[in-house]
Amino acid sequence: MGAKANKTPKNQKTGLTFVERISKSFSDFGKRFADGSPGTKLSHFIFGAGNFYHKQYIKGLIFLLLQIAILALMIFCPSINGTPYGWKALRNLSLTHVSEGGDFDPFTGQFTSGSDCKLMVLFGFVTIAMIFIYILLWNKNIQSSYKADMDRKVGKKPTTFKEDLKELLDGKFHVMMLTPTCIAATIFTILPTIFMIALAFTTYNSQDMNDLGTNLFHWNGLQNFRAVFTGEGSLGIEIKNRFLPVLGWTFIWAIFATLTCYFGGIILALLINKKGLKGKKVFRTVFIFTMAVPQFISLLAVRNLLGEYGPFNSLLMQLGWIAKPIGFLGLHPSDSEKLAKVMVILINMWVGIPYTMLMTSGILMNIPADLYEAGRVDGASTVKMFRKITLPYVIFVTTPYLISSFIGNINSFNTIFLLTGGGPTYTGYQAGGTDLLVTWLYKVTIDQGSYNTGAVIGIFTFIITATITLITYRRSKAYNEEDTFQ
Amino acid sequence: MSTEKKKRVSSQSRNRRVSLGATYTILIILGIIWLIPLVWIVLSAFRCQYQPDGTFIGRVTSNFFPKQFGLKNFKDLFTATYYGVPGAFPRWMLNTLIIAIIDCIISTFLVLSVAYCMSKLKFKLRKTFMNVSMIIGLFPGFMSMIAIYFLLKSIGLTGNPSHPEYSVIGLVLAYSAGAGMGFQIAKGFFDVIPNALVESAKLDGCTSFKIFQRIILPLAKPIIIYQALMSFTGPWMDFIFAKVIIGADNARYWTVSVGLYSMLFGTHPDTNLFTQFAAGCVIVAIPIVTLFMFLQKYYVEGVTAGAVKG
Repeated sequence: MGAKANKTPKNQKTGLTFVERISKSFSDFGKRFADGSPGTKLSHFIFGAGNFYHKQYIKGLIFLLLQIAILALMIFCPSINGTPYGWKALRNLSLTHVSEGGDFDPFTGQFTSGSDCKLMVLFGFVTIAMIFIYILLWNKNIQSSYKADMDRKVGKKPTTFKEDLKELLDGKFHVMMLTPTCIAATIFTILPTIFMIALAFTTYNSQDMNDLGTNLFHWNGLQNFRAVFTGEGSLGIEIKNRFLPVLGWTFIWAIFATLTCYFGGIILALLINKKGLKGKKVFRTVFIFTMAVPQFISLLAVRNLLGEYGPFNSLLMQLGWIAKPIGFLGLHPSDSEKLAKVMVILINMWVGIPYTMLMTSGILMNIPADLYEAGRVDGASTVKMFRKITLPYVIFVTTPYLISSFIGNINSFNTIFLLTGGGPTYTGYQAGGTDLLVTWLYKVTIDQGSYNTGAVIGIFTFIITATITLITYRRSKAYNEEDTFQ
Repeated sequence: MSTEKKKRVSSQSRNRRVSLGATYTILIILGIIWLIPLVWIVLSAFRCQYQPDGTFIGRVTSNFFPKQFGLKNFKDLFTATYYGVPGAFPRWMLNTLIIAIIDCIISTFLVLSVAYCMSKLKFKLRKTFMNVSMIIGLFPGFMSMIAIYFLLKSIGLTGNPSHPEYSVIGLVLAYSAGAGMGFQIAKGFFDVIPNALVESAKLDGCTSFKIFQRIILPLAKPIIIYQALMSFTGPWMDFIFAKVIIGADNARYWTVSVGLYSMLFGTHPDTNLFTQFAAGCVIVAIPIVTLFMFLQKYYVEGVTAGAVKG
């Protein structure tokens, strides 16, 4: 209710719909071209012209140099490892059979050899990003010139470069603070993600390409997605037969891992914060200590401890409870899959409970004491007070955490990879009994070099996490009333 | 009347004592379970057992407590040649330290600057930026890992035969470049800083930069320390990204976790290296655990700031 009531005025505040905004930007554009000074008009073709017109030389020069640099890159197509940037990269990207090669000779109609398809796709997207930047700069340079026109009109002097720099520390401070992240994240996060999404629509599969003796691949539409149902292609059987089991187990895992750690952590926090308990700090420190140890150390320790020749198996044998070592973690194909699944969930409690304990300790101390007092007067039992007071309060405060930890568990790579390596394995398949979508993705791309299949798995993972987030997170208070906190 | 009351009080206190005793017992048992694997790794690091014929036993053995103790594992660890690299372990430690320090500085700076903008400044694309960063965050990180490798390789920052050391720069870029997208926790922290503080400074003629420098940063000490701690310890813990980016055949420039992991599961795994692996784990864990313990307060603050508000 509250969220909904809050939403309406906010939409009014933002005002324009997407279509309105586009039409407004077009009308703005026409207005600037018609009303602007000659400098502004020229700015539509030569960046910085308007700034030169208003004697803002440094700013104009920066715009001009950027325009020249991008245009030069687009026209002259410098190449790395025989793969060009610029318009040639766009053309390479648009060919249905990128497969033929990198640099294209229009006279012979041939591609030069030694080209690399993945770089062609990658550079194609880099070039598209460049075009976006070009359009952005184009818009900015016209805006800047038009603003100077307006300043002149009302009798003000156009801002000097020094004033512009000063503005960067105040009104436009966000530009300065966000630019490094925008550039870095575009290159190292957004571009790679788009590139990998694109690979889902290609035949980029090292094994196939080795068989064919080529380092080239081509677009093949939705074939890789269709393989989930039809089983076509080199990893088609794998993805057809193993997709649903892995997906199911990923969900079971995420649900159990989230809930066990969550409630386990709350109970542990309650135990440690019990009234009259001495040595709270010691107990807390013990659990925080296990959290501070890097996971690859603690999880590999557990793996070896439970291993075939490890102390735990030999203890059980000495006690006479078992006759021969048990494969707890499914490291051999013959080991029990169910046991391995139970074990990873149990061991994950070992990893996750201290974290929740730490987080909920503070929250538990914030619960108003008179709530418990009232409960005690009414004669409520400890269990009942936990169910009626503690739990609702903690859940209310930590819902965002619960969602993010569920998504974190869907993508939980370390626990599975370090403990079972996805085992027990099935002959002929990459995905073992305890493999999650992420660990499967890792095996398929890094071990197998089936980048297209890996990308398909990645996209499915994204669809799942995105759906959950959309449904729960966008409805939550934290998102909708995000700016009311300010 | 009074005896009855006394009885009730004493039975209540007995109940309480019983439940306290039970709590102690449960906590002690849990504490032991939680510590066993770590204690075992430390014990294995100091294990110095020999077979009757005099060969050293480095593999996992069935006894929990070593029969003999010694420092041989540590000595071997620092002098041995792994993957054809003499003195590999100290080298890995040094690599990791350098990467961790640079990553810590860049990442912390990026995160703080983005978080401040998102929390305290108003501008047009704010919501768009937050949505994009949320959507990108939903893709599994491993998906882009291989693309980052291709990208770095195409500009010679990894897999460069004439300059293998450049891959360290590549790894630092890969770790820290995307850091700004993980601003949510720091933003949650900044959100709690009252806006009235910022507004009144603005009325006094402070620029946004001055507000950030004079008001926000001094108040943000806990979150700065939290971010620095997280980004500094990250490279010590990651064993996959580092291996893919630096390359499996570039052992000289591995980080310490890649090296330790490869001792047991690399291209030439050697089960007899387990005790040396354990010794390496102890050496890596000591500084990290110490840091965590000293900065515990800030860690808890960061974890709660991020968790409760999302």
